[in-house]
Amino acid sequence: MPETQTGLQRALRHPLVWPVLALVVLLVVNVVAKPGFFDIRMQDGHLYGNLIDIVRNSAPVLLVALGMTLVIATRGIDLSVGAIAAISAAIACTRIVGAGDEGALTTAVMACTYALAVCIVLGAWNGFLVSVLGIQPIIATLVLMVAGRGISMAITDGQITTVHNTWFSDLATGYVLTLPIAFIIALGILALTAVLTRRTALGMLIEAVGINPEASRLAGVRSRTIIWTVYAFSGFCAGIAGLVIAANTNSVNANSLGLWIELDAILAVVIGGTSLAGGRFSLTGTLIGALFIATLARTVNNIGIPSELNYLFKAVVVIAVCLLQSPKARSAFRVRRSSGPGSPGSTAPALVKTGSAA
Amino acid sequence: MSTATVPVDSLWDRVKGYSPPPRYLPVLATLGLLVGMFAIGGVRYEGFSDPQVLLSLLIDNAFLIVLAVGMTFVILTGGIDLSVGSVVALSTMIAAKTLELGWPPYLSMAAVLATGTLLGLLMGLLIHYFDIQPFIATLAGLFLARGLTFLISIESISISDPTFTKLAFKTVTFGDYYLRWTAIIALATVAIAAYVLARTRFGRTVYAIGGNESSAMLMGLRVAFTKVGVYVISGFCASLGGLLFSFYILSGNSLHAVGTELDAIAAVVIGGTLLTGGRGYVVGSLLGVMVLGMIKTLISFDGTLSSYWIRIITGALLLAFVIVQRFATRRSS
Amino acid sequence: MTQMDLQPAHGPKASSDADRPVIEMRDISITFGSVQALSEVSLRLRAGEVHALMGENGAGKSTLIKALTGVYSIDAGTVLVDGEQHEFSSPAASQAAGISTVYQEVNLLPNLTVAENMLLGREPRRFGGINVRAMNRRARATLESLGIDVDPTSELGEHPIAIQQLVAIARAVDVEARVLILDEPTSSLDTDEVAKLFEVMRRLRDQGVAIVFVSHFLDQVYEIADRMTILRNGRLVTERMVAETTQLELVKLMIGRELEVLERLDRKVSARTADESGVPVLRAVGVGRKGALEATDLDLYEGEVIGLAGLLGSGRTELARLLFGADSTDTGEVVIRSERRRLRSPRHAIDRKVAFSSEDRKAEGVIGDLTVADNMLLALQASRGWLRPIPQATRTKLVEQYLQALDIRPADPTALMRNLSGGNQQKVLLARWLITEPEVLILDEPTRGIDIGAKAQIQAKVAELSAQGMAVVFISAELEEVLRLSDRLVVMRDRRKIDERPNNDVTVGDVLEIIAGETREEEGPRA
Repeated sequence: MPETQTGLQRALRHPLVWPVLALVVLLVVNVVAKPGFFDIRMQDGHLYGNLIDIVRNSAPVLLVALGMTLVIATRGIDLSVGAIAAISAAIACTRIVGAGDEGALTTAVMACTYALAVCIVLGAWNGFLVSVLGIQPIIATLVLMVAGRGISMAITDGQITTVHNTWFSDLATGYVLTLPIAFIIALGILALTAVLTRRTALGMLIEAVGINPEASRLAGVRSRTIIWTVYAFSGFCAGIAGLVIAANTNSVNANSLGLWIELDAILAVVIGGTSLAGGRFSLTGTLIGALFIATLARTVNNIGIPSELNYLFKAVVVIAVCLLQSPKARSAFRVRRSSGPGSPGSTAPALVKTGSAA
Repeated sequence: MSTATVPVDSLWDRVKGYSPPPRYLPVLATLGLLVGMFAIGGVRYEGFSDPQVLLSLLIDNAFLIVLAVGMTFVILTGGIDLSVGSVVALSTMIAAKTLELGWPPYLSMAAVLATGTLLGLLMGLLIHYFDIQPFIATLAGLFLARGLTFLISIESISISDPTFTKLAFKTVTFGDYYLRWTAIIALATVAIAAYVLARTRFGRTVYAIGGNESSAMLMGLRVAFTKVGVYVISGFCASLGGLLFSFYILSGNSLHAVGTELDAIAAVVIGGTLLTGGRGYVVGSLLGVMVLGMIKTLISFDGTLSSYWIRIITGALLLAFVIVQRFATRRSS
Repeated sequence: MTQMDLQPAHGPKASSDADRPVIEMRDISITFGSVQALSEVSLRLRAGEVHALMGENGAGKSTLIKALTGVYSIDAGTVLVDGEQHEFSSPAASQAAGISTVYQEVNLLPNLTVAENMLLGREPRRFGGINVRAMNRRARATLESLGIDVDPTSELGEHPIAIQQLVAIARAVDVEARVLILDEPTSSLDTDEVAKLFEVMRRLRDQGVAIVFVSHFLDQVYEIADRMTILRNGRLVTERMVAETTQLELVKLMIGRELEVLERLDRKVSARTADESGVPVLRAVGVGRKGALEATDLDLYEGEVIGLAGLLGSGRTELARLLFGADSTDTGEVVIRSERRRLRSPRHAIDRKVAFSSEDRKAEGVIGDLTVADNMLLALQASRGWLRPIPQATRTKLVEQYLQALDIRPADPTALMRNLSGGNQQKVLLARWLITEPEVLILDEPTRGIDIGAKAQIQAKVAELSAQGMAVVFISAELEEVLRLSDRLVVMRDRRKIDERPNNDVTVGDVLEIIAGETREEEGPRA
């Protein structure tokens, strides 16, 4: 291999190449199927079009995935986000309905603030189970995943609660500066997360804990605080996602709201190149992952396949991404490639001796 | 330092002094919970103490028992299987569709079981040979099975095949009480699984992997075979559960059994199986399913409590068991 | 088949046929990438002997054992079983030849019964299932034959580590092992438990099993072993009868190099005597931890370097970890600047200006996927908390300053830590702690496995820091290095402090004698 790398080679090494490429391929498929796919119209000062729909629809998953990214970076996982989203929506909607002036701006603001505060507490509860009691993240968050929808139904008393508050519905369907508010909120939280992790030392400490917990402990990192913080933040993000979803239909169905959103969020994080084993995370990657999932859903519709079959494509994506990230799969493929005539299988003995010499 | 007196134990002393081995305590706790709930129900609600209530629990939850059995195998190795709910839906759909196409009922059943087993095999291979976390591999399985179900039909298909309906309603009576065949199949599954886990090398290797996978490997046990095997078993159990479910509900529908994997996992944990693997019994999982069923029965007998309390109580039980497990393992390690 | 011409000069005289080894490893070489882990090492095991495998860290003991058990493949050399050449391509092949291994960390299953742990994989069957009764019976018989009193139906995890260790041996023996390898079986056992283990070992030896015994405890080796093979730096030093070798000789052979050469090495002229009228910066009062260190006292004064000398497993690392709170103490307390308290976590120690660099650079120091800059600033940032990031200007300044001061290469703050060489990683870790401006610096093997240049630079830095008033605890397997740097010397052996003295004209030979236990009382320990 030559010593100097061309610009192209360097670009191909960039971790975001694959997700971006995948997204581009999906978009190309769409354009081929429907040449007018990229068309964007201006109507009543709002932009309309497939791309606008995609960014708007990606908002809930993106929101949840942002919190999930940080959780996964600490070697954790948060299964309860769907349930927390449902609780958040239930609280906001019941408070709006129960308020004296249902349509007022203050009603909506108060209700949302209250809902988000509860979500932070729920997230902190997960953090408590993980960091203080030392329960495995997947199990600790399973508790709230199971109980959460029950709690959400208890709040709405098992009814589908419908709200009439234009301010609240604007969360999902409103536009500011020609762009959907939902996406602007998601971008705002993305910016907030970026500032929170990259302008403070949180990001570095999260990565340190995720990469080498023992070395971090010996360097004096308070991993307990870090873990607590990321789960609380994940709860917060899930809460906002719940509000956006509820605002989209102006109602909350505790049974189905945010169902499986945890799986989509994990998928978005993994597509974005953040490893499930923890460590380095990429918020941009997560953004691309969320856009990919929304685009996939749109594509399935666009090329005339029933939207339910989206699951099949997601399964394929999950497997493909995991195989790309799995060192075992990679080395299996590499050995096969290198055992060709060009380079005799020189990697095989290296595989045997992976232990240290000590 | 006095002269040694030989203690003479009376039978009563021995009974009094008997304490069960600690490894059985979680299962006994679940049994105690079940008995306690039954007793409370019996005292508070009329007609609750009827043994048929217990038998109905078995009948209504037959498919969940089978799912929990498969899940127990997986969790004992320290893994997890998120796909079982979707595989149940896929199974009902395959059964309904093949019957609609005029396949003989037994061939249709075979197709269902083969599909589930094959899916389990694929997930197991991904997990073991490509080192993909069970959570993610079975997540792919969840999406795949659900997607295939929709691929077969988006609409619900009802099952009217006489063999199926006959099997569905076939009962065995014991005096005044009865059990359906589905429940008996479920109990048989539990019995076979209990034997396999306790008395075969495969079963003991399942525990060994959950105890310490690298130790099991160093001891020369067949780790790869067993690790893939548990997902095959879970896939088979999920499709068998799916068959039982289609007997119960007599239709194929893509939206069947959404979230059932959570019920199965909860039942296994409440049944005393350690989620980190290595400890637990299928009998516990059976009791766990019964406890979940009992919560439903209690709430329906009560009539004033809403159904969502089922989930909240399940979550609370799960939390209690997880925390107790955590402290039990911390103390011993 | 006695080709003695291939044996090294120190090897025993030609053996008769009765003395023929069960297993003979001849001129074994193994390389990992560019590292030569073993170079022409030979090992001969005879039936009915306990054979100690001796050597310091990195001598190649584990590699040799893994070659014998088929875990590593051999690059050059032959393995003879009963004089016939064999190839151990896998652990199974090695086991088939009658070689069983019991590792330091018990590789059994705490959640299964004792009998299952002994027999799983070859359990008696009936009707296709496991015959539990027969299995328990067979396990009980084996345990009795070894004199181990354990109920085979009880769960393994209920028993203390020592019993688990014995069960592991029982499992190894049940396969009719001809060679039993015990890799540091005593490292977590107390005296009674060791006695029990030795009893079992003697029984097995008398039954004709060849036992390979790896231990860091010299007394134990002298108590149980008949013969020993000594390795150093991946090479064979010699094979000796234990009875014919004094402890001093053994220690010299393990540590290596001729004493005269060592004496000529440039070293500190004389130790500065610390101002002991003042308050120690750090005091350990009866600090101990079960299975790691007996209660130990230590005073550390401003501006002095204490050298901890001792073999691997002597308690030197354990003491360092307890001083920092990396492990929690069972007894005693650490007093920092007259403030008494039990250190519950490294956090407490760092807040009191104590710094600790672990011997295990990879597992406990390096954050491989972060940049050099992040790795350097980690400890400082951790003590500031995440809400108060280090300002960019300060970051750049600190990182640049230490990149230069320690001559770290590449001098690129954005390079990933895992891409640096060992020496440079070690320098970054040193910088990580210096940036926190500690008053006490504990360095555990800071120069292990790094090149000469980096080593000299780190040594110079330590001398400079102590001259500036920092109190340093310096641990190294290389005695020359310890002597060169330290003002006071603490000698550890068998998990306790056996000697403490000012480093005035102390020679490597003196230290070896102390370690070997031959002049323990005469020189009059200071404390």
